Amino acid sequence: MTAIRGLCAIAAGPFLAFALTAEAGAQAPIVQPGAPGEAGRSLTAEEAEALAATGYTDADVRFMQHMRVHHAQAVEMNALIDGRTGHAGIVMTGERIALAQEAEIALMETWLARRGEPLDAPDLHAHHGHHGHHAQPHGAPSDVPLMPGMLSPAQMAALRAASGAEFDLLFLSGMIQHHQGAIDMVDALLSQPRSGQDPVLSEFIGGIVADQSAEINRMQAMLDAIRAGEPSGEETR
Amino acid sequence: MTHLKTVLAASVAAAALSACAPQDMFGPYGDAASARPAPAAQAEAPPPSREGLAAGVHDAGSAAWNLELVTNHPTPEGFSATAIIEGGSGTASAYQDDGAGEGGESEDAQSERRRRLFDVLALANSDLAFSGDVVFMGSFHGVNAFDVSDPASPEHVLSLVCPGGQGDVSVHANLLFMSVEENRARIDCGGGGVEGEVSEERFRGVRIFDISDLQSPRQVAAVQTCRGSHTHTLVPHPSDPDTLYVYVQGTGSVRSGEELEICSGGSPDENPDTALYSIDVIEVPLAAPETAHIVNRPRIFADRETGEIAGLWQAVESGEGGGPRSGTTNHCHDITVYPEFGLAAGACSGNGILLDITDPVNPARIAEVFDPAMAYWHSATFSNDAQKIVFTDEWGGGLGARCRAWDPVNWGANVIVSVQGEELVQHAYFKIPNEQTEQENCVAHNGSLIPVPGRDLFVQSWYQGGISVMDFTDPDNPVEIAYFDRGPVHAEELYLAGHWSAYWHNGHIYASEIVRGLDVLTLTPSVLLSQAEIEAAALVTFEEANPQVQRHFEWPAEPVVARAYLDQLERSGTVSARLLARAGEEVARWQEGAPREARLARLSADLEAQAAATGGRDAERLSELARVLREAD
Repeated sequence: MTAIRGLCAIAAGPFLAFALTAEAGAQAPIVQPGAPGEAGRSLTAEEAEALAATGYTDADVRFMQHMRVHHAQAVEMNALIDGRTGHAGIVMTGERIALAQEAEIALMETWLARRGEPLDAPDLHAHHGHHGHHAQPHGAPSDVPLMPGMLSPAQMAALRAASGAEFDLLFLSGMIQHHQGAIDMVDALLSQPRSGQDPVLSEFIGGIVADQSAEINRMQAMLDAIRAGEPSGEETR
Repeated sequence: MTHLKTVLAASVAAAALSACAPQDMFGPYGDAASARPAPAAQAEAPPPSREGLAAGVHDAGSAAWNLELVTNHPTPEGFSATAIIEGGSGTASAYQDDGAGEGGESEDAQSERRRRLFDVLALANSDLAFSGDVVFMGSFHGVNAFDVSDPASPEHVLSLVCPGGQGDVSVHANLLFMSVEENRARIDCGGGGVEGEVSEERFRGVRIFDISDLQSPRQVAAVQTCRGSHTHTLVPHPSDPDTLYVYVQGTGSVRSGEELEICSGGSPDENPDTALYSIDVIEVPLAAPETAHIVNRPRIFADRETGEIAGLWQAVESGEGGGPRSGTTNHCHDITVYPEFGLAAGACSGNGILLDITDPVNPARIAEVFDPAMAYWHSATFSNDAQKIVFTDEWGGGLGARCRAWDPVNWGANVIVSVQGEELVQHAYFKIPNEQTEQENCVAHNGSLIPVPGRDLFVQSWYQGGISVMDFTDPDNPVEIAYFDRGPVHAEELYLAGHWSAYWHNGHIYASEIVRGLDVLTLTPSVLLSQAEIEAAALVTFEEANPQVQRHFEWPAEPVVARAYLDQLERSGTVSARLLARAGEEVARWQEGAPREARLARLSADLEAQAAATGGRDAERLSELARVLREAD
């Protein structure tokens, strides 16, 4: 911190005259204002930096661990597009979702790693044992999804087996369900005390809500169009 | 309407680029430009590559083309994340030795560590505002200000700590406005967050500081809103200079009605009072800013005929089988007002919109545009004549690397739209070449016009993609004419960093770098932009500048302005060389202080005649040149 040596007024046109301290290379004093009407106080740089501590909660950690798995299924679904449909809107939507969700998986993994947190949630290990979220090597696919909006193993198997118009309907309805589940997971997180306050997490979940609800509407419009073109008005799930 | 040609040209150009050695941050930048071939080919040639730049916070490699970094003022102490990033931890280094990730950590120790940790984003620099020679730089952690009377040597004059993000700032007279959106933000500017879902200590909205004394800023008002304030826009009263309005764009979750009575969320079908699908309008009586309050929450997305609140969200094109027309448009991310035209352009999540703001309290939607390639309509800037709008797409929200070789060239890009009556007509996309690494978050972000007469130039930040200048004079063929780019802040990991905003102000480009601090840059002349064009731009100055409040540029009748038009006419080659030579001679005489007034008058008349026989932008340039010569004294 540098002592205030000189005070000079710099005229800033008709708008504002600031009182400025002048010393080349000096660091200005750090002020923390109070609530409206209250006096502020001076801080050292260390005190100022300490105020940036935002913290995070167990629920935040669990959310990131779970959403990682949730996103992985969307990537898996998008990988099925190639060869199963030529619907331009679905191809474009799928490409966008895949690029976005792969990048977001990396972001979640970085977030966890930088905080010294494990990438996998302990409760999901147990869950895997019972149901598994990838294709099942034996037995009938389960109807129980791993978390909100995720496609059940049975739904994934149906999607994998479909092509053409049937695939389009299953993909769109499945991805809408999947996206809605992600938004529900964000809502559930925000209802936890002190959760969602970490700035990166806060930006990230804001992005999930904005991007995925926009995509839901685009996919819903595509779905409506496909259904309108079919006299049977066939439901897909 | 989209223009595939532009997209293809851009990707071919990107693929054809050859690698070039990174240049030192303060090294010479002229080589690439001077080595370029003949003028006609130059305009079409791609910019030199920005690949392979060395990583580092303050020692990164850099590349520049027609743009030069004058100086960088590092982020001030108490606001800097440099040590955390250089330490490679990504979170506050002081807490890294507490046994994170090691088996032996007790539950209490773990919970204490979690409570105290923070991410570098909590210290991110954000948007800029200008008053006289002072540049205000917002931060998720507060505000810093720099005196740039000498742009080559910015002097740090204010550090105001007030955590809560994003800290976008505006300034008017002695008042500084700041956007606050995060749940952790406290009304007293304190740290440590806020307990519980409902608290009197929480603040989300717009803070107003009295900065008459920069040494001692005081918070005079804090206007709470339902979704906080992600960004905001000052809107002057059309006739009363003592009243100011603020448009508040909230993008976050709706807070509980128990915390703020006016708030409730949900779909408008179930709750007609929902805080979604609106913006907030705050009235600030300048003589008593402490009484600032919300005066309206207009339903700017309502259907014009039915009045349905979610008018854009549910709109589906009629007749054509119901293709998608718009995404979820329940908020605006950013609104730019252009008071001299009574207009505002809104970048509103799933749509771009045009508003009539002649009655600022009751903005009325004139038009909207949708594009399936635009993931998230983020910001808007009018051309000087208000006939075009540059919209940006912040695909991925800014945290992601979206300028990698395989990312689509029209996603996370700009789109140019023209205003045709009550229609917004879409033209081409522009994105910087996809040459950024996976360690660099990159997508289109904030920028402003550069006041070169006769052209539409836009300087813009692209996060770790750096700063780029786009010429969108031809909306169907926007091209890059300058850039400055550094390597990533870290060689292996992606951190949120890079340029948040880059704005032209009184002859220089000022840019807030999220980690590295304030950058000051200057344009350097090239075949794409002449010395006279740069000097003419510097003649347009404003005492106060908030980039979301656009001001009309007007150029004085000066020889250098005439020279700028002549340079452009020579470049486009549509006017006879003989007329240009004659004009060049007269302008040179004028520049030397010996104008031959009778000859200037005759030349002016001949240029007007030529303008009548010429089409497009050159006709306007000829007319403007004729005007400048007529007004010469």
